[in-house]
Amino acid sequence: MNTPIQPLLSVRDLKTYFMMDEGVVKAVDGVTFDVNSGQVFGIVGESGCGKSVTMKAVLRIVEPPGKIVHGEILLNCKTKDGDCQVIDLAKLDANGKEMRSIRGAEIALIPQEPMSSFSPVHTVGDQIIEAIMLHQPVDKRGARQIALQMLKDVGIPMPEQRLDEYSWQLSGGLRQRAIIAMALSCNPRLLIADEPTTAVDVTTQAQVLRLLRNLQQQRNAAIIFITHDLGVIAQMASYVMVMYLGLVVEQGPVDDIFHASKHPYTQALLRSIPSVNSTPRVELPTISGSIPHPFNKPKGCPFHPRCVKSMPGKCDVRTPALLPVGEKQWVSCFLYHDVEVAA
Amino acid sequence: MAANLPVEETLVSHLVSKAEERVSVASNWQLVWWRFRKNRLAIISLIVLVFFYAIVLVPDFFSTQDPEATESALAFIPMQGISFFDSSGFNLSVPAVVGKRNPVTLRMEWKIDETKKVPIRLFVQGYKYKVLGLFETDLHLIGPTDPKSADWLYLFGTDRLGRDQWSRMMFGTRTSMTVGLVAVALSVIFGVLLGGISGYFGGWPDMIIQRLIELLQSLPTIPIWLAMSAALPQGWRPDQVFFAITIILSLIGWTTLGREVRGRFLSLREEDFVLAADLAGCSRFRIITRHMVPAFMSHIIATSTLAIPVMIINETSLSYLGLGIRPPAISWGVLLQEAQNIQTVAQAPWLLLPGVVVILSVLAFNLVGDGLRDAADPYGH
Amino acid sequence: MLRFIVQRLLILPILLVLFSIIVFWLVQAPPGDFLTSYVANLASGGSSIQEEQVEALRHQFGLDQPMYIRYLYWMRGLLKGDLGYSLEYQRPNSELIGERLVLTVLLALFAFAITWIVAVPAGIYSATHQNSLLDYAFALLNYIGVATPNFMLALILMWIAFAYLGINITGLFSPAYEQAPWSLGRLIDLLKHIWVPGIVLGIAGTARLMRVMRANLLDELNKPYVVTARAKGMSEWALVLKYPVRLAINPLVSTIGWMLPQLFSGSLIVATVMNLPNIGPLLLRALTQRDMYLSGSILLIYCFLTIIGTLVSDILLALVDPRIRMEGV
Repeated sequence: MNTPIQPLLSVRDLKTYFMMDEGVVKAVDGVTFDVNSGQVFGIVGESGCGKSVTMKAVLRIVEPPGKIVHGEILLNCKTKDGDCQVIDLAKLDANGKEMRSIRGAEIALIPQEPMSSFSPVHTVGDQIIEAIMLHQPVDKRGARQIALQMLKDVGIPMPEQRLDEYSWQLSGGLRQRAIIAMALSCNPRLLIADEPTTAVDVTTQAQVLRLLRNLQQQRNAAIIFITHDLGVIAQMASYVMVMYLGLVVEQGPVDDIFHASKHPYTQALLRSIPSVNSTPRVELPTISGSIPHPFNKPKGCPFHPRCVKSMPGKCDVRTPALLPVGEKQWVSCFLYHDVEVAA
Repeated sequence: MAANLPVEETLVSHLVSKAEERVSVASNWQLVWWRFRKNRLAIISLIVLVFFYAIVLVPDFFSTQDPEATESALAFIPMQGISFFDSSGFNLSVPAVVGKRNPVTLRMEWKIDETKKVPIRLFVQGYKYKVLGLFETDLHLIGPTDPKSADWLYLFGTDRLGRDQWSRMMFGTRTSMTVGLVAVALSVIFGVLLGGISGYFGGWPDMIIQRLIELLQSLPTIPIWLAMSAALPQGWRPDQVFFAITIILSLIGWTTLGREVRGRFLSLREEDFVLAADLAGCSRFRIITRHMVPAFMSHIIATSTLAIPVMIINETSLSYLGLGIRPPAISWGVLLQEAQNIQTVAQAPWLLLPGVVVILSVLAFNLVGDGLRDAADPYGH
Repeated sequence: MLRFIVQRLLILPILLVLFSIIVFWLVQAPPGDFLTSYVANLASGGSSIQEEQVEALRHQFGLDQPMYIRYLYWMRGLLKGDLGYSLEYQRPNSELIGERLVLTVLLALFAFAITWIVAVPAGIYSATHQNSLLDYAFALLNYIGVATPNFMLALILMWIAFAYLGINITGLFSPAYEQAPWSLGRLIDLLKHIWVPGIVLGIAGTARLMRVMRANLLDELNKPYVVTARAKGMSEWALVLKYPVRLAINPLVSTIGWMLPQLFSGSLIVATVMNLPNIGPLLLRALTQRDMYLSGSILLIYCFLTIIGTLVSDILLALVDPRIRMEGV
């Protein structure tokens, strides 16, 4: 984050709350990170940690009753003259023209469930062409050509035929590729991949990851890779952010996080990965306890009830802030500093 | 982790687990009832329905006059609104009616006289009747304080033959609510039986029953009902007509339920829990009754509850047209026959009241049925 | 899919023959016949008729033949397009039925159009503006609409119009145009009158359709493909109308299958109450007067309309949902 280059996306202290009848769910409670151009940025955490909501907030598609209540989402946009301009996405009208011209064009989403991410009553081609025509000044024929090229780029055989088929006529793997094609159709500078490998089998997973890596290198697009699978992060990402209960607990270069993790949660996560090299007949370490109910967030550090290194009197009262430890790593834990989050 | 928790926490967690335990051992019906209870509209509607069915059981108790008594001089007496308070506190009373003979038509015309009040009260003595044909009594819910007074009580007015509409409404309620219930009960029996056979056994029985269902569903309901009803001999007694109408209504009504039951059985047959029961050695009968039927029983009950109001509307419509329940039997539809003429209605709008009661009962059934359906749906939460 | 429709079209005549037998038996089943009720009517009116005259008439009308002979007469006539002869009105049935049939179908189609034009947008609004004031208002109207029998609504409307506005909303034409031949003026007159019975007839269906539309759309709005469309940068309204609404409407199309036949048979009651020129009241009278060829023919027409309604719905469903079109039924 202290690099001299302007980051592509800068999220500062983002807070997204859900106002429910039963109470307020603080799904994202103060998240800060930067994504640079061409970088593969991983966000990892258990279900309910807020990684999906963060992504939706960046795209401004958080569903009501969710709202961004605080923070900035700074996007580095190239205007038509070639200058760099920084826009705060949090301040735009979610359904307004400006945000909609960014959504899909500058930032694109590869959704989680390829099975149901296409409308079953419209052809695949129809939906890809629509995405193209929303953002590019081409007519239908031109859009069709672009769509064809996209399908070829993602490795779908017989693209001419596929364009006029329905999504349920394609196999799971092809559907996933088609979704990626649609996301890339307007040449976004930032791709958000929301658990792209969770819903597919292992073989397809490998293919998809390879495809994404190639495409990312070809187009120099940044990817935010959201997943709960640490193995995928190790394969794909150069930088990773670990989330828990709406807060960032640790972030840094992948090697640092994997080999020299600082936060007890990250350490516990890494320990619990089954591995070929682990000692046989020894019990697999798990993290004790379970994720608290969103209405029952613990006071102080969110992880302290399950933390083996928790310090009573400190960790259960004050919430640690995210501060650098070392050159490129950031961690929010009182083991390394004594600064708490500003109220 | 629990080693040194303070005392209050252990107590709270103890209580919490007790509540959880209660939920986990509650039967399915208890769970459904607890969920249903939270729906206030449904509970209110249920109370309304209970009240209606109380009328079904003892219509005489709620009546104030003999529903058959005709007296042409008393025709078209308007509704008497009940006042709850007067100068001396809480006293029920109704305004008196005054009659005047119209010099041109020579008919009696009645008007409400607010100045004179007839005191009434609850639980009075009135005409004698038998409760459920068992024992005799003369207790009525409401009536004039002085039973021998010359002033009368016509809470809903009278019709062109001078018959008390309130009392007739009570008896009409009995008929209409019963027809609805029995017709749906028959439909359920037909539907579950035939649909079940069709869905569980498949093959030839399935084909035949399916064709039968398709055939019946291709028939236009109301015209065929009319034809069947017109086919009933004129000489039949009212109760024979009553049964015939009920059977006619259910003969075509079972098909929708039958189809649903068949669909359920077809999909349930493939379910893993059925296979598990079979592998565990359950007899076919046991699988059907203890495993498959309970899986959709609550849905059937909810659907049936929603079918009753449809039957009520059908019976009311048929009777209104003159081809349903026939006079001298009384049903809501028969009562509404008096409202066929617009001039009559303009003169005596209270004749439309049976229609309002129909709407209320149908509303109540729909709300209860919806509440049941939502409460019984295991995936609703 | 095409095969399925062709199958249904082929079965149609067989079904009609089967129904004609059922129908004819129904109208013949009760004891007595047209002359029995005719004599009874005369008697209650104070006049009478000689026994021999009755027998002669019976022979003339063919009422002394066994049932299957009468049925065959009727079928032979039907195949030639002759719907038989009305004993009461002493006119060919096709004349009596003719225009009334057209108006019956028109009324049903009108009610159908009103239903969809009102229910779909209202359902979409309710689903996208959940718990708003208008949503609650619609829900209330829905409940009452479903609970009110057709004829009750007709009666109330007629009463209010008569008692408070002094107008008569019965009938489909003003007296001037009643018997006149078809013209643009007559058509306009028809439109002026048809919307009240159309609304009365369609209210229950509209209420039901609105609730189903709302429920379907609520289900669809949470689905992943909606999120994808939003993430593409589509405007909210454009994407709601193009995607989840399309999918929410599909199951509704199959309701047309029972809605059209319901409208045809339901129009019977409304037509009787509001005194409309419709085959419904004609059937009612024919049934009570035992005018067997007339009632039989009308019943058969109702059967035909019902089957056609179901078929139309299946065709529409195939047109609208490519999943059904391509994978067969």
